[in-house]
Amino acid sequence: MADTQNKEVDQISGVETTGHEWDGLKELNNPLPRWWLYLFYVTIVWAVIYWVLYPAWPLVNGYTHGILGSNQRQEAVAAYEKGIAEQSEFADKIVATALEDISKDQELLQFALASGQAAFGDNCSPCHGSGGTGAEGYPNLQDDTWIWGGTLDDIHTTLLHGIRSESEDTRFGDMPAFGSDELLSRDEINQVSNFVASRAGVETDDGVDLAAGQTLYEDNCAACHGDNLEGLQEVGAPSLMSANYLYGKTLDDIKRQVATPRNGVMPGWVDRLDPATVKSLTVYVHSFGGGQ
Amino acid sequence: MAHKKTGLVSLEEGGFAIFLVLLAFVCIIVAGKTFDQVMAFHAGIGALFAAVSVFLIFKNFFDDGGEPFPAEIDGKPNYNMGPVKFGAVAAMFWGLAGFTVGLIIALQLAWPALNFDLPWTNFGRLRPLHTSAVIFAFGGNVLLATSMYVVQRTCRVRMPGKILPWFVILGYNVFIVLAGTGYLLGVTQSKEYAEPEWYADLWLTIVWVFYLLLFLGTLWKRKEPHIYVANWFYLAFIVTIAMLHIINNLTVPVSIYSTKSYIVWAGVQDAMVQWWYGHNAVGFFLTAGFLAIMYYFIPKRADRPVYSYRLSIIHFWALIFLYIWAGPHHLHYTALPQWASTLGATFSIILWMPSWGGMINGLMTLSGAWDKLRTDPVLRMMVVSVAFYGMSTFEGPLMSLRSVNSLSHYTDWTIGHVHSGALGWVGYISFGALYCLIPWLWNKKQLYSLKLVDWHFWLSTIGIVLYITAMWVSGIMQGLMWRAYDSLGFLEYSFVETVEAMHPFYIIRALGGALFVLGAVIMAYNLWMTVRHGEAEEAEATPVGSLAPAE
Repeated sequence: MADTQNKEVDQISGVETTGHEWDGLKELNNPLPRWWLYLFYVTIVWAVIYWVLYPAWPLVNGYTHGILGSNQRQEAVAAYEKGIAEQSEFADKIVATALEDISKDQELLQFALASGQAAFGDNCSPCHGSGGTGAEGYPNLQDDTWIWGGTLDDIHTTLLHGIRSESEDTRFGDMPAFGSDELLSRDEINQVSNFVASRAGVETDDGVDLAAGQTLYEDNCAACHGDNLEGLQEVGAPSLMSANYLYGKTLDDIKRQVATPRNGVMPGWVDRLDPATVKSLTVYVHSFGGGQ
Repeated sequence: MAHKKTGLVSLEEGGFAIFLVLLAFVCIIVAGKTFDQVMAFHAGIGALFAAVSVFLIFKNFFDDGGEPFPAEIDGKPNYNMGPVKFGAVAAMFWGLAGFTVGLIIALQLAWPALNFDLPWTNFGRLRPLHTSAVIFAFGGNVLLATSMYVVQRTCRVRMPGKILPWFVILGYNVFIVLAGTGYLLGVTQSKEYAEPEWYADLWLTIVWVFYLLLFLGTLWKRKEPHIYVANWFYLAFIVTIAMLHIINNLTVPVSIYSTKSYIVWAGVQDAMVQWWYGHNAVGFFLTAGFLAIMYYFIPKRADRPVYSYRLSIIHFWALIFLYIWAGPHHLHYTALPQWASTLGATFSIILWMPSWGGMINGLMTLSGAWDKLRTDPVLRMMVVSVAFYGMSTFEGPLMSLRSVNSLSHYTDWTIGHVHSGALGWVGYISFGALYCLIPWLWNKKQLYSLKLVDWHFWLSTIGIVLYITAMWVSGIMQGLMWRAYDSLGFLEYSFVETVEAMHPFYIIRALGGALFVLGAVIMAYNLWMTVRHGEAEEAEATPVGSLAPAE
């Protein structure tokens, strides 16, 4: 090379430079570190072995399959089917057993609770909370207040078909919008709301005619919510006797719900979860303590 | 002005002026006819940039009479450092912005209420703002500035063109503004690290081609017989990024008045192209480009020769050849065929030693100068950077193996891995380069305060360590929780339980990020004080960066 005459020996390392120089920068002519080179070779050999064993190189048609016959799609499907098969003994039994009989078989109950807990965590807890205690707009599943019923069969039906969902057999209740549809005047809504509040132990406004409120209640609300505010689970009309309300616990919340009710939606799970899982979820939710 | 008029504008000035006038007209028409408010805003920015640029071209022409700058003064190259200064300042500015946005989204992950329920500040928009700001705005400006500096000095020649270098550095920053404001306003093509929409991509393509021409032009004119290793890496970075950018952004706009476009690739092919791009953005932008910085600034600062010329050749070509294959390891266990995933993993393993070649060359260059680490925090920063590079290029191949990936993928481990490379390697080598560059560019004897560099070093090192360890623990825990089954074969944990378990680590990560931001603020202050109040280099003395020019 033309630079040969510029080669010099670096004083500190005793190594010759290449004779090149840029902006004061020089290069030593050290060889490749042996360990570096050998590790490089090792990784190449390792890769070649891997290519022989596993699917690796594309060909004109298809690809090299590798001598191990590995196929990750088949492996994944097989692992999934193995898991399903291992659980099928119990799962089939749950499908075949009546809901109220599941708790009589300790092993079966244990399986149902485990299955229910796993399914609840990924499907139900986003709305009802990890512990099922609910939030505003999403019912508490731990207490014994049930809008659509708290027996095993009621819970099962709700889980399968949902509430105001897209399922054909969904539970459906539709509270009229007394305010926005102008069924009641502002004063009337005020009166009826105060009446409900007075019965539920919620603080009322001063100077409101509660008797007029009661008349309005009987004319407009009692058909669903009952003469004594006890509610009617068949149509999903909640009990109004205590202020354990879905959409807030103050007088203003009651007024808002009368004027412009919110009708919440719960999806039906019949097409999303298998029958054994829905039954397990039923048993699990029922076991929270509020089940009837 | 006493300049004598030379008559007509040069071909370069005229060409740029015509191009920019046309651009301004197109932008004005688009801005006027579009139904898309963001398009109108962005076309407005384009028109403004083009119009101001044309004005400056002509103002400059009439001020200096159109005289070309002398390539040499008194036999010494008359380097063009204006665009380099701009890039260095822009890098510091965008760095602060990008790090801060990163801190904000880290805090949002710990406390989601911090998105304030506003569309502009939600995680989905701020996350690409953070990644683009740190990679392309901060990293990109560091690369542009250092490459223009290094290629001129190691070729001993002024880079070509009067308008060209300014067009490249300003045009690139216009792209950054288009990209960043677009994200905030909800414009994205939803490709990770390639979020800007078609018109911003098109603009970047134009700027990038001019960047390539500028770089090649400087190499072409060089006064040195050989091309320095840093320039090989810069060139590989420029060429490959052009190819990746174009192929991953082949989109069809809905209309030229719309910000929306659709990619020509479909399904798994699109995913493969995206991660071929994504991984090589890491390989050629964040690795090759910053290795170039390492190859100039470490030997310069340590005042030692590069350890091994042969190693630099071998690891350069191995890196260039191998990196391009590794993309499929981002798509293990997906619709991607298994053979492609095997190739991605195996080439990632083969890539381990070529990556470490850079680390060895960087660290071993210090041999004979290790004592300088005690006294020079700037050099220490760059050396620690190389150590982080070595660590993340070991971790990367490991994570590319299918069995490891099945645990690490989609978890915070990946985030930790990326940040050990981003904060440790890219961040520190950039900081080191800027700490060197600013005094050189402004002809100052030294930095305003080495003590403050020390503070920057220690604060951000603690920050990085907190960040990475928090993400390791969180990520591995997350992966293990996802795959935990109980004795009856049901998943042990629901998704929300895994999220809850990660919360403390998110707080630690945010704390680490805050320390990193604090360090960068100290750096910005230090650089500012260096430029404003640093002691000037004596006129006759050779600048630190130009000791012993070749005879």
